Amino acid sequence: MSQVQLRDVTKTYGGNQIIHGVSVQIEDGEFVVLVGPSGCGKSTLLRMIAGLEDICGGEVQIGTRVVNDVLAKDRDIAMVFQSYALYPHMTVADNMAFSLKLKGMPKAERAKKVHKAADILGLGPLLDRYPRQMSGGQRQRVAMGRAIVRDPQVFLFDEPLSNLDAKLRVEMRTEIKALQHRLQTTTIYVTHDQIEAMTMADKIVVMRAGVVEQCDTPLNIYDHPDNMFVAAFIGSPSMNFVEGKIVMQGGKPTFASHDGVILPLSEDVQVKDGQPVVYGFRPEHIQLAGSDGIETRISVVEPTGSETMVFMEMGQSSITGVFRERVLEADGAPLFVRPDPARVHLFDPITTKCLG
Amino acid sequence: MTMTDTTMPASAPFKRQRKLPRLSRFVVHGVVVLFMASWLLPILALLVSSFRRQADTAASGWWWAFLRPNFTMQNYTLALDQLDIAGSLTTSVAIALPTTIITVLLSLIGAYALVRMQFRGRMALSLALVALLVTPPQITLVPLLKLYYTFGISGTIPGIWLYQVGFTLPFGVFLLRGFIASIPAELYEAAELDGASQLRIFRSVVMPLARPIMASLGLMAFLWSWNDLLTPLLFMGGSSHAAPVTVNLAGLANQTSQGQGPLMAATFLSVIIPLFLIVALQRYFVRGILGGAVKG
Amino acid sequence: MKDTMTLIPLLIVLGAIGIPVLVYAALGVGEGILRTFPPVLRRSARPWVWLSLPILLIVLILLYPVIDTIRTSFKNARVDDWVGLDNYLWAFSGTMLEVIGNNVLWLIAFPLCVVVLALITAVLFDKVKYEPFAVTIAVLPTAISFTAGAVIWGQMYSFQPAGMAQFGTINGFLSLFGIKPVAWLIEPVINNFALIFIAVWLQLGIATLILSSAIKNVGDDMVEAARLDGAGDFRVFFSIILPNILPSVLVVLTTMIIAALKVFDIVYVMTNGNFGTDVIANRLYYELFAMNNLGHASAIAVVLLITALPVALINIHQFRTEAGK
Ligand SMILES: Nc1ncnc2c1ncn2[C@@H]1O[C@H](COP(=O)(O)OP(=O)(O)O)[C@@H](O)[C@H]1O
Ligand SMILES: [Mg+2]
Repeated sequence: MSQVQLRDVTKTYGGNQIIHGVSVQIEDGEFVVLVGPSGCGKSTLLRMIAGLEDICGGEVQIGTRVVNDVLAKDRDIAMVFQSYALYPHMTVADNMAFSLKLKGMPKAERAKKVHKAADILGLGPLLDRYPRQMSGGQRQRVAMGRAIVRDPQVFLFDEPLSNLDAKLRVEMRTEIKALQHRLQTTTIYVTHDQIEAMTMADKIVVMRAGVVEQCDTPLNIYDHPDNMFVAAFIGSPSMNFVEGKIVMQGGKPTFASHDGVILPLSEDVQVKDGQPVVYGFRPEHIQLAGSDGIETRISVVEPTGSETMVFMEMGQSSITGVFRERVLEADGAPLFVRPDPARVHLFDPITTKCLG
Repeated sequence: MTMTDTTMPASAPFKRQRKLPRLSRFVVHGVVVLFMASWLLPILALLVSSFRRQADTAASGWWWAFLRPNFTMQNYTLALDQLDIAGSLTTSVAIALPTTIITVLLSLIGAYALVRMQFRGRMALSLALVALLVTPPQITLVPLLKLYYTFGISGTIPGIWLYQVGFTLPFGVFLLRGFIASIPAELYEAAELDGASQLRIFRSVVMPLARPIMASLGLMAFLWSWNDLLTPLLFMGGSSHAAPVTVNLAGLANQTSQGQGPLMAATFLSVIIPLFLIVALQRYFVRGILGGAVKG
Repeated sequence: MKDTMTLIPLLIVLGAIGIPVLVYAALGVGEGILRTFPPVLRRSARPWVWLSLPILLIVLILLYPVIDTIRTSFKNARVDDWVGLDNYLWAFSGTMLEVIGNNVLWLIAFPLCVVVLALITAVLFDKVKYEPFAVTIAVLPTAISFTAGAVIWGQMYSFQPAGMAQFGTINGFLSLFGIKPVAWLIEPVINNFALIFIAVWLQLGIATLILSSAIKNVGDDMVEAARLDGAGDFRVFFSIILPNILPSVLVVLTTMIIAALKVFDIVYVMTNGNFGTDVIANRLYYELFAMNNLGHASAIAVVLLITALPVALINIHQFRTEAGK
């Protein structure tokens, strides 16, 4: 178990820079999730930590050792692949024992470790099966078993749940998290699914196009996104954005969109009169209001039972709201709503950075 | 045979057979049965002739044996004693077996390196290999004969191994390359992270996975080696060993003094081993040619 | 004879076990040496360690001889003087024209016959329940050497003048219907096709195997959709099945063209090139051992190589497009 440090790591493929100077500090025993849209370089970064890709620039440090020139097999890390990459010609037990065998561990000790890991993962009855005789979820467990028998310094996961169905994905999410709590092994987990990131991580690293956009705890990222990309990427449904400018009314700031919709702001925001801003609020942070609220027109209503999701037109902008209440109005009917001014985010329209 | 489970594509385990109209069904069965009969006929003729008496063979066609059965083992005794077919078979085994094993091993090594290792000239090397696939063997003969005489390996069995392995290698690498490329890269990477060296990955991951396709290449290499006439004809001259079966047969076919019977017996003996192999390994043959993918 | 009987088992053990073990051990030694290299150098040197043996063999057995033969083809019979293009002029004149003509016949007729027959058998086999058995029978001859095949077919083609009892299977069959016997191996043109048919008998099985697997891989859905659109059996075959198995058909064609280029054994054993059946490979053998004319032999060999060149180019093209994907 140990910490992992990335210092200004870069990666170039044939003239294309894929990773642009990534620096991340991962503490001992921490569960860190790298999240970002497909193709942003998460896998590449993870594979550089694993030693499966060359490091073009910067340093990767595991524990006290800079591992740039250390072979993958000597880095003492274990990785779970999206495809599981189980050895098709070996039984579950042999799959898990392979690395121990290569280390020269005696057979009895090997068997003990494998059985222990199998017990943790509930794989006991499957030890003599071959991968092709198992379901996706079982294979997924074997892949994890293979990682944990080695008792490595760091676990690396690359989208391990992507090949499972939705229900199993939710189950395994909890299970992996619990397992990590129990083993206290430093874990780096790659996913494109922000819900996985939010639910599992001690710390989330949001990436875009080879750059770290923000690195913080899940709730901090949710509450205080650094920029519009993070704000939109984390949270589902996505945050609403309306462009416009600040208008001072009697010393109090309010927001006026380009098409003239006036939206409330809390009094303590640090803005100037006439300053252009992007007004952001999450769908879950709008309430239904009486006729003193802001008028919108309903496009589509999607009830889920516990809540109601409503897509609506506010002036020229399309926005989404999630309400506890049931909305029974027909499509096209007017609906009055009000964003919670305390949970509004203001962004600079040019730099997209959060203001204040 | 267990043909069915290999020829059926995985996606369509239950082939819906459409009922043909009666007449065309009749025609289809007729044509297929006729084909099978005529394809088998030459082998049947060989088998029957090999058991006929010398005098009968000289007097009538082989089918008369069914009308006036009068069989003998004499031809086989003659073939084994005077024509030294047993010696020929031994030499053929001594040529084909090592050739097969060495070809398969070297092809696997070459294919593994060519697919899994990145290096400059990899594409050029692959293309050269593809180009060499169609080299006619005849073009290599004169220089190699000279070379073999110079190094004194002419007329030796290892000399034949050397030639047959070298000649089959481009095909072998080409055949295995596709299979090795179909093994997901993550499998090798997982092994690497588990601490396996390149050699260990080769032995513990690649070799076991490639077993079916190695069987398929092995079968082809064995048949080529066993059935090759040109190479032993040229390179085994002046050898102290019995001539391999193909050479022995070609010689017998061109001289008629021994009569047809022993020649037929000798021919039948020469095809027993390959026939047995192809019936036993037929399913690997299909899989090898079509290149099945590995699923993790 | 005695010493070979003890020598041969020893040779088998040496070749089938000793050499493979040595090769593996050599790889181990190579990897051991690599371990002393710095990581970057290790990675760039590794492929050459692994590929050294295969490359060495291919250079020795294929590349060097090809180059040497091309050189020799510009020299005289005893390889002590340059003669320019004389050997090639000879190779394209006189009796050689007939030989080359025969090879062209082989190159066209043999692959075509095999592909057409294999398509027919593959489609028909697909419709019967005993398909595995039928395929096995078609595949049996592929195990038989060209030499043994020639012996077997000698008996099929055997000919006695009209009026005498026929021992040959085919002529015997024809005589049942009172048809005059045919001198299959002597009658010009017919004899070439008779020889080609032996090769077809020997090689059809592989083609049937490949094509019948390919046909099975054409989706049932696609075929059924076509039937719903009102396509009949022939329409389904030509518009759906054939276009979908075209890559496999090309593989079969290539393999058979290569086999046709190399054809030697059948001609050598059956007619030894007499009666207008000679082919380049057999003639080369004759020039080499009967005439001792290395210049001529080499020129013929190069002609053979050049004939193979288009196939090589097609293969390279195919390989590049596949690698580019
Ligand atoms: N071997 C490679 N050669 C060239 N480009 C690559 C290679 N591997 C990945 N890339 C590129 O790097 C980028 C990041 O890929 P990846 O790390 O797999 O993204 P992610 O895992 O975040 O979806 C992608 O744009 C991809 O096209
Ligand atoms: Mg990825």
